[in-house]
Amino acid sequence: MKILILGAGRVGESVAESLVSERNDITVVDTDPARLRELQDRLDLRTVVGNGIQPSVLREAGVEDTDLLIACAPLDETNLVACKVAHEMFSVPTTIARVRSPEFEDGNPLLEKKGFAVDKVICPEESVTDYIRKLIEYPEALQVLEFAHGLVSLIAVRAVAGGPLVQHSLAEIPQLIPGAEMRIVAIYRQDKALTDIDGSTRIEAGDEVFVLAATADIRTVLGALRKMDRPVRRIMVAGGGKVGLRLARQIHADYQLKIIEPVHARCEYLATQLPAEVLVLHGDSTDEELLGDENVHEMDLFIALTSDDEDNIMSCLLAKRLGARRVIGVINRAAYADLVQGTAIDIAIAPSHTVIGELLAYVRRGDVEAVHSLRRGAAEALEAIVRGNAKTCRMAERRVDELDLPPGAQIGAIVRGLHLADGSEAENAKPRVIIAHHDTTILPNDHVIIFVPRKRMVREVEKLFQVAATFF
Amino acid sequence: MGTLAVVALVGRMTALFALLMGVPLAFALSEHDPAEGAFLKAAGITLACGVAMSLATRRFRRELQPRDGFVLVTLTWLLLPAFGALPLLFAIPGLSFTDAYFEAMSGLTTTGATVLTGLEKLPLSVNVWRCFMVLVGGMGIIVLMVAILPLLGVGATNLFKSEAAGPMKDQKLTPRIAETARGLWATYFVIATACMFAYQAAGMGWADAFMHMCSTMGLGGFAAYDDSFAAFKSPMIEGVAVLFMTLAGVNFSLYFLVWKKKSAWVLWRDLEARTYLFLMVGSVLAVALFLSAHGVYPTFVESLRHAAFNVVSIATTTGFASVDYAKWPVFAPAFMLFLCSFATCAGSTGGGIKLIRSLLLHKQAMSELTRIVHPRAVRPVTLGGAIVPTQVMHSVLAFMLIYGSVMVVVTMLLLFSGLDLVTAATAAIACINNTGPGLGEVGPASNFQGLTDFQTWVCTFAMMLGRLEMLSVLVLFTPQFWRK
Repeated sequence: MKILILGAGRVGESVAESLVSERNDITVVDTDPARLRELQDRLDLRTVVGNGIQPSVLREAGVEDTDLLIACAPLDETNLVACKVAHEMFSVPTTIARVRSPEFEDGNPLLEKKGFAVDKVICPEESVTDYIRKLIEYPEALQVLEFAHGLVSLIAVRAVAGGPLVQHSLAEIPQLIPGAEMRIVAIYRQDKALTDIDGSTRIEAGDEVFVLAATADIRTVLGALRKMDRPVRRIMVAGGGKVGLRLARQIHADYQLKIIEPVHARCEYLATQLPAEVLVLHGDSTDEELLGDENVHEMDLFIALTSDDEDNIMSCLLAKRLGARRVIGVINRAAYADLVQGTAIDIAIAPSHTVIGELLAYVRRGDVEAVHSLRRGAAEALEAIVRGNAKTCRMAERRVDELDLPPGAQIGAIVRGLHLADGSEAENAKPRVIIAHHDTTILPNDHVIIFVPRKRMVREVEKLFQVAATFF
Repeated sequence: MGTLAVVALVGRMTALFALLMGVPLAFALSEHDPAEGAFLKAAGITLACGVAMSLATRRFRRELQPRDGFVLVTLTWLLLPAFGALPLLFAIPGLSFTDAYFEAMSGLTTTGATVLTGLEKLPLSVNVWRCFMVLVGGMGIIVLMVAILPLLGVGATNLFKSEAAGPMKDQKLTPRIAETARGLWATYFVIATACMFAYQAAGMGWADAFMHMCSTMGLGGFAAYDDSFAAFKSPMIEGVAVLFMTLAGVNFSLYFLVWKKKSAWVLWRDLEARTYLFLMVGSVLAVALFLSAHGVYPTFVESLRHAAFNVVSIATTTGFASVDYAKWPVFAPAFMLFLCSFATCAGSTGGGIKLIRSLLLHKQAMSELTRIVHPRAVRPVTLGGAIVPTQVMHSVLAFMLIYGSVMVVVTMLLLFSGLDLVTAATAAIACINNTGPGLGEVGPASNFQGLTDFQTWVCTFAMMLGRLEMLSVLVLFTPQFWRK
């Protein structure tokens, strides 16, 4: 696939990084030659210096035969205009724009083909905010991802001694946790995936377990693998940047919130944007005196969201030492994130990976609805729709154990009834979530959620979904 | 100093004011009442003075500087009551100039305190003039001038600010200030017309409806009867009065916005208006429960009726009375006077500190309290999602300080002149807040007639200070102001 990326900032870089490994042809356009040189040295891609809204620059970057434009320049304006230019002048089939302003959301008529011609709006801040919000809602989980319009969730959780399933084999699940259907799709032990998970695999304390279940059953799943904590009430947020403010706006009604922000003018802005119950504190989040004075040991959750990785790591470590129950840090550098995840820092969030999932759905072949990047990009979970029939597709009308899945890939759940027989989206659909077993039969138009433990297997999985040409 | 330029403008305002006398004159002519001659004479003198002032200083006309605005406003508010007093002086035999000036000032500042008794025996046109002055003074004489005289130009914004009430006067509703002034007067006029028809429908005669509409909309409190609203003995009329007094206590800019945006949400979203509404409803219920607990009236419904009328009347600084509430257990009248010092909204026709200042001070106090517990907390005072500038907070604090000092000085002067403490203190509150009746000798059952000339003049200036929110007047007494 030919992909044109506008803007070599943090988002552009991580998008390029994750797409280049999938054998895509990538061209990056940016105004900063030094930045581009750096990128070109590290990754196998082409770079063009210039302003990406100018047709001449786009042409030089080979926009004419580009399949996908991803505009992630720092300014919303640039991205919107670039999409328009690419669509109008060069008929680029798919355009994605990073737009920070919440006033231009997906579905806004201004973004249609006649308007700015943006097919998909991505907003990394929003994705990270959603990610964190899920973690606040389910503090025991490492990550919660939704599929099939939120009907099914993939839950990553660390098993802790004391959970009913810990020290038991998977075959015992139905007896131990009756009523709640779940499917364990992967177990990571000491950061290595266990291959060949079957009924006899035992869950050990410390394992990172990936479970697919109906969204309604998330709490049951979490309760099965570890003792439930008391719900989160008090939260301290370090850093009142874009993510901090978004998060505070969404959760201030339900939680007691304190925000620490080092820039005084920003503090004042936060105070105008948030109700008076939210306490805005001016200071450094790595200042142990401030943390102590503000009772960090009473906090159920400490979230470090500043733009500085080192500060986030230090303030998280400090908060944990001072007694915060659970600490979450946003860490941009993947190496750092891998380093600290699961140490004193309970969860390290790599923001670039949260948004990549949204992009991947456009890069994948087949009828892919959603892709989520897991374990900071190493693994992937994807939701795709089965089209065709037994003759034209290698998935349709087959039992799960008849499929030729790559080793480790697991079909976790099937959602049936979202589409009518002719494949169109059903109105007032009454979809059914089926947790997959070896004898479950996959029917056409099913949404299938597959866990892929290693990224290089994605291609093989995609092939399973592809419909042979005779279908048309 | 552009004193002469100011005089030129005051002349034109005076001439315009003479035209306003046409309204009572029309009543006098149609009724053939004995005040016909008085109004003709007064209007003639006023017009002549105005034209003379304007012509004599014609050469000095120029754009006003910000400083001139304060001189102009104060001068206007000193002179116009004098002209407004003329018809009263001519029509009511034996009335002293002191009393006539007090009466006119009371009308124009929408105070509603009176030195006259036997109101029903006065010619109709005199009562009409008293009430009409309330209507004009309510939205503001200067605002009216800005709206209809094209001459004020850029300086008009400063003038507007020096008369408008409230701490934040920089918000223009329209790009042009004259447009804003016109919009405000149009809104005022529409609600006033509705009020008049409502009174008529509730059972008043047309003349009564007009007079009491003027008094209600300006939140003044002049009535055409000594017994005020007790004369009507009609719950319907009281209900209409309560409704329109409440409406007139809201910032008129909001009605303007409601009209422009065609959405009543504007009112609800405004913190001040919302608080005002809750404050009114809560106070009425509290007083009603208090009265019924003390068995003042046989039924709760009756308690509620009298509480609703009198509490709203005093709290909005109107000053109508339907019963002698001074006879209620002392908490109720004291609470009502307390309310009148801050309950009305900025930009309404009411007087006092204004609710918005109280809200800002409350927020400031809360933020100081937060800072005691959390020394690093950043909690600026905000209003509608924006930080209230420190200068505004300082001006609010300065206003409160000056307001308190003026209150003390006026009370002391009245005590010095021989009044008892209750009368002196409540007269000061009633005049500075432009409410009208106080307690004691100036209570709702009596009036300011019993005061000596000295006391009357003190009260007169207290009313003016209150209407112009102290600062616009007091700035003239600072040496810096006059330094070249």
